[in-house]
Amino acid sequence: MFQAFKLAYRNVGRNKTRSLLSALAVGVGMALLLLMASVLEGEMQGALQNTIRLQSGHLQVRPASYEEAKISLKWEDLIENPDQVAAQVKSIPQVTVATPRLVASSILTVGDESKGVQILGIEPDSPANQPFREGMLSGEFIKADDREGILIGNVLADKLGLKVNDKVNLLVTTSNGDVNEQLFTVRGIFTTRTPGYDESTIFMPLAKAQAITATENHASTIFVTLQDLNQADAVAQALKGSNYKILTWRDQNAFITQFEDYANAFFIILYLIVLGITATVVTNTLVMAVFERTREIGILSAIGMKGRSIMAQFLAEAALLATGGVIGGLLIGGAAVAYFTVYGIYIGDYGLTGVLFEDHIYAHLTLQNTVTLAVLTYIITLIASLYPARLAARLEPVEALHGLGD
Amino acid sequence: MEVTKVNNATRVFKIGEVETKALRGVNLSINDGEFTALVGPSGSGKTTLLQLIGLLDKPTTGSVTINGKDATSLNRNQRADLRKSAIGFVFQFFALIPTLTAYENVEMPLLLTGVKAPDRKKRVNEMLEAVGLLDRAHHRPDQLSGGQQQRVAVARALATNPKLILADEPTANLDTENGRQVMDIMKKLNKETGVTFVFATHDPRVIGYADRVVTLQDGVITKDSKANGKS
Repeated sequence: MFQAFKLAYRNVGRNKTRSLLSALAVGVGMALLLLMASVLEGEMQGALQNTIRLQSGHLQVRPASYEEAKISLKWEDLIENPDQVAAQVKSIPQVTVATPRLVASSILTVGDESKGVQILGIEPDSPANQPFREGMLSGEFIKADDREGILIGNVLADKLGLKVNDKVNLLVTTSNGDVNEQLFTVRGIFTTRTPGYDESTIFMPLAKAQAITATENHASTIFVTLQDLNQADAVAQALKGSNYKILTWRDQNAFITQFEDYANAFFIILYLIVLGITATVVTNTLVMAVFERTREIGILSAIGMKGRSIMAQFLAEAALLATGGVIGGLLIGGAAVAYFTVYGIYIGDYGLTGVLFEDHIYAHLTLQNTVTLAVLTYIITLIASLYPARLAARLEPVEALHGLGD
Repeated sequence: MEVTKVNNATRVFKIGEVETKALRGVNLSINDGEFTALVGPSGSGKTTLLQLIGLLDKPTTGSVTINGKDATSLNRNQRADLRKSAIGFVFQFFALIPTLTAYENVEMPLLLTGVKAPDRKKRVNEMLEAVGLLDRAHHRPDQLSGGQQQRVAVARALATNPKLILADEPTANLDTENGRQVMDIMKKLNKETGVTFVFATHDPRVIGYADRVVTLQDGVITKDSKANGKS
């Protein structure tokens, strides 16, 4: 075995440029795989984290009859005394935040322009609003006792030409079906770097949202965050038996998981295409090597080397090319992934129903993906070398030594 | 004792519809310690006969025995094993592995036969010394002259101590002096170790080294003579 690798090492070094290009093909192929996998992982993880952070939390407590798509404001579809319910939820040790939120549909009008938006009534002092506080671009965050102030997203502000202290009119349908409207002042403009969200969501204090929608002392949901998202099932279990529907982040984001499965299947096809191209280069290189070294194969065969040893010789060369390629792939791919982990890839306003994509995809490479793709690249390279290796092993010595006498 | 015997061997090559009869019923027996030249014009079948004796090829009809064992029915791996243990080769071209040093080239057949490292080292050094190239042990083939390369090939052929060495035009690509050196070494080793040499040639100077000269023409042996005119 050592001898096979010693010979293989020297043979690889024989035509350095060709070997380097072949290893580079393996390396670039693997780098591409790492980048693709990390972008997919980053996109899915980013979307999930973003949706959890902005929309679903780790857990939500909702009335049994509440339907998210309807955004119902009927009292029977809301949580009564949400502060008490939130306090009960908060008493569970794993819970870090439990805050009531009220969701309502509204039409925002400024001048001649109108736009459908979603009002999110929040408790301004809750730590759950940290992502919004951190995303404040101008103005100031709303206060709990503010009765005229709202926060709007930067995308909405840009579209309607709104600035801090501008006035907007909000029209809502109340819980009893009446229409209510009021003039509000833009207190601040935020960004979540999620264009779809920043275009359609406005914040106001929970008490004001309850007042304008005639849902006093009611909320749509209790937004809950946990110390660890893996505790969601355990906490949901602990809350079971109450009159509420308990939805974990998994329940609320099933679409992302399904989309990830679909994307994974699609990416496997892309991986195979990339590896197929890489494998072709390796096969070509080794087939050329077999033809160039036919006479040597004949000599080795003549002095008693068996077919399987000759085959092992070429497999060892492929293993060296694969090793070089995988190392190169880790370096090239690692550098590319590092760049896109920091700077991301701008995708703009890319939206899917129920999924909040940020405007950038940040690459995220997992150890599992790295190991899997490195092993896959290695195996495919070895498989690609089987044909030339068998070709060499099957050469009859007399054919390999052909034309050397009469 | 008979080292190899060729019994009524024919070898027919078929390329498309065209058949070429390279050997047409050859009978030849080579005894232990002989230094035999196969001579004849190009296309007479010298190399084909060497390839049959060397188990690199199989006769179309007839048989070949090595050390009394019929090799005709052996499979590919069994033939490789027999080659490894019983036969050494010296080719017309300087058939060394270019990526290996002279030492490693000579060592290769010993590695294939599983000789242990200390014995291997001793044997390789002995062989390189025998061909006068111990001081070139760590040179690669491209750092050696043609004659030196061919001497390394002789050392490699002898490394496993085979009973039979087959050499195909061993001096064809060498100048007179180098050709003479190679033949001197082969003859010396034949005398000192008793190893049997069969070599194909049409170089009259080389034929002069032979104890026995077998002449082939159009795939048949036309003359088989001992040196000094004995037939």
